[in-house]
Amino acid sequence: MFMKSRSRCSGSFLKTPVIACLVLFLTASLGARAELLIRITEGAGSAIPIAVVPFAESGSMPAGDKVGSIVQADLTMSGEFRPLEPSKMLSLPSERSEVYFRDWRMLGQRYVLVGQLTRNGDRIQARYELFDVNQEKRILGETAAVPASNLRSLGHHISDRVYEAITGAPGVFSTKLAYITVSGEGEQTRYRLQVSDVDGKRSKVRLESREPILSPAWSPDGKKLAYVSFETGKPVIFVHELATGERQKVADFPGLNSAPAWSADGRSLLMTLSRDGNAEIYRMDLASRNLTRLTDHWAIDTEAAWDHADRGIYFTSDRSGGPQIYHMERPGAEPRRITFGSRYNARPRPSPTGDYVYYVHQRDSTFHIARTNLETGEETVITRTGSDESPSVAPNGRLLIYATRQNGEGVLTVVSADGGAAYSLPASEGEVREPAWGPVTR
Amino acid sequence: MKMSFSTKAFAMLLSAGLVAGCSSTGENMEEGAYGSDVAAIDQDGGSTVYGGADGSGVSASELTDDERRAAQEQAEQEALRDITTFYFDFDTSEIKPDARDVLVAHARYLADNPRQQVRLEGHADERGTKEYNLALGERRANAVQRFLIVNGASRGQIETVSYGEEKPAVRGSTESAWAQNRRVELVFQ
Repeated sequence: MFMKSRSRCSGSFLKTPVIACLVLFLTASLGARAELLIRITEGAGSAIPIAVVPFAESGSMPAGDKVGSIVQADLTMSGEFRPLEPSKMLSLPSERSEVYFRDWRMLGQRYVLVGQLTRNGDRIQARYELFDVNQEKRILGETAAVPASNLRSLGHHISDRVYEAITGAPGVFSTKLAYITVSGEGEQTRYRLQVSDVDGKRSKVRLESREPILSPAWSPDGKKLAYVSFETGKPVIFVHELATGERQKVADFPGLNSAPAWSADGRSLLMTLSRDGNAEIYRMDLASRNLTRLTDHWAIDTEAAWDHADRGIYFTSDRSGGPQIYHMERPGAEPRRITFGSRYNARPRPSPTGDYVYYVHQRDSTFHIARTNLETGEETVITRTGSDESPSVAPNGRLLIYATRQNGEGVLTVVSADGGAAYSLPASEGEVREPAWGPVTR
Repeated sequence: MKMSFSTKAFAMLLSAGLVAGCSSTGENMEEGAYGSDVAAIDQDGGSTVYGGADGSGVSASELTDDERRAAQEQAEQEALRDITTFYFDFDTSEIKPDARDVLVAHARYLADNPRQQVRLEGHADERGTKEYNLALGERRANAVQRFLIVNGASRGQIETVSYGEEKPAVRGSTESAWAQNRRVELVFQ
């Protein structure tokens, strides 16, 4: 399944026909630009020690990062693991018969990952095994294969499998990020919608415009992005098919067309429109384009997201005098206010399990990301940076990405959901903002 | 819905009330301003100087007080209309008292020139969230639109758009930059 989806992906990308596009500039041909860098700022104290032994190789391998180092970097990035430096390893086993558990115990390791890569025509196959050092037991043994040009995907896949075998939660290393980069000044300003791996690598420009692009939102199958583009001089919602570059203008009503958010079945979008006078939340059925109005209030209602059960919505409203988070249990129900801790709380994003809602929270004179435990109502500020915006929760609920500022430039930062570990993704050029964490696709 | 109407009505009444208060203030100010100018002309013996026997410079001398006042007022209105950017406090869309005379001047101009179109561009500072700021920028533009309409402009002359925090007038994260970015710009077309 994994192999199949990968090869299909890369194939269709290469063949991308330049479909009649309503717009300006476009996608794949622009290639990589404004690569994100990765900078680990802090790890969690409780990180699990694991030895990722460099994989044995037979046959010619593509240049670039080795699979072992990709896995090692992924696990470090999660904040939940502390991989052993290969230079400290006493041996470099590649299969079970070569693993001496006593050695790894002595090195304080709880898990050991070993594997081999074999070149097979234009494909590379991996066999890998994960061992629990204390129990001297194999807990994972699998094979996977990818086209030789796709070694990073293989690395991320193995990281996902290892992560899940140890933590029980699905890994998110094979998922994608969408974000907006901004470079240049004045007339030269360019906004780019980009998609990359979660480590910032393999970034691709999907849309470039002289006018602002914001609020990218992934369809549940990871094949489309909805976003707001000002390319026509006003905010308009587009749905963009990534494989083909084909775009559809789905909401271009008078006034605001903003804050798109997908339903779990991918058939409808929540959005903010002001066509009836002021900012209200609507649901649009994408096939028929029929609209259902969900809020009706003179205040600003915006930034809607479905709750984890996909029955009700969280949204921002300033009906109490300033922006606060509300939950509407089902369409039409009386909204219930969730946040009370400060005078500015906005852009709610629920965790996939429904335990927490994350949002932008003003404290003193700056903005952080905070979360409220939906059972207890307890609010915790989880970021230590300032000017924080645009929280987006990873599909496994364990990590959160948001936009912040470092030395006056916009950067993305990933933190564990409790705020314990962090890494940042600055752009190599200009600034980066509005991250959206893509879904797990199989 | 009822709520929404009554609020709008209230907002309109409010701006109408303020305008009434405002224009009387405006007149007072005009009188004060004219007072000295007119006096100066009288002292120079304006009509004597310009109203010579040869009849040259007649146009000035034949201006009645009313006409002079109208010309003066027009000049002053034009000067007021040089101001096309209006500022707001954080997270509010309330038009500041010092903006009202200028907006009244713009509204009169629009009323006098029914074919003139104007685009109101609403903006927010970078603080807070982008989508909320987009709605806030719109609310600011709408507040200016309502004010212009109440003062004589017609709805068909006005177009509004919000850029939220996307197009700051000034870069930077200082109080001063933020204050200059929370604005509505009138763009005459």
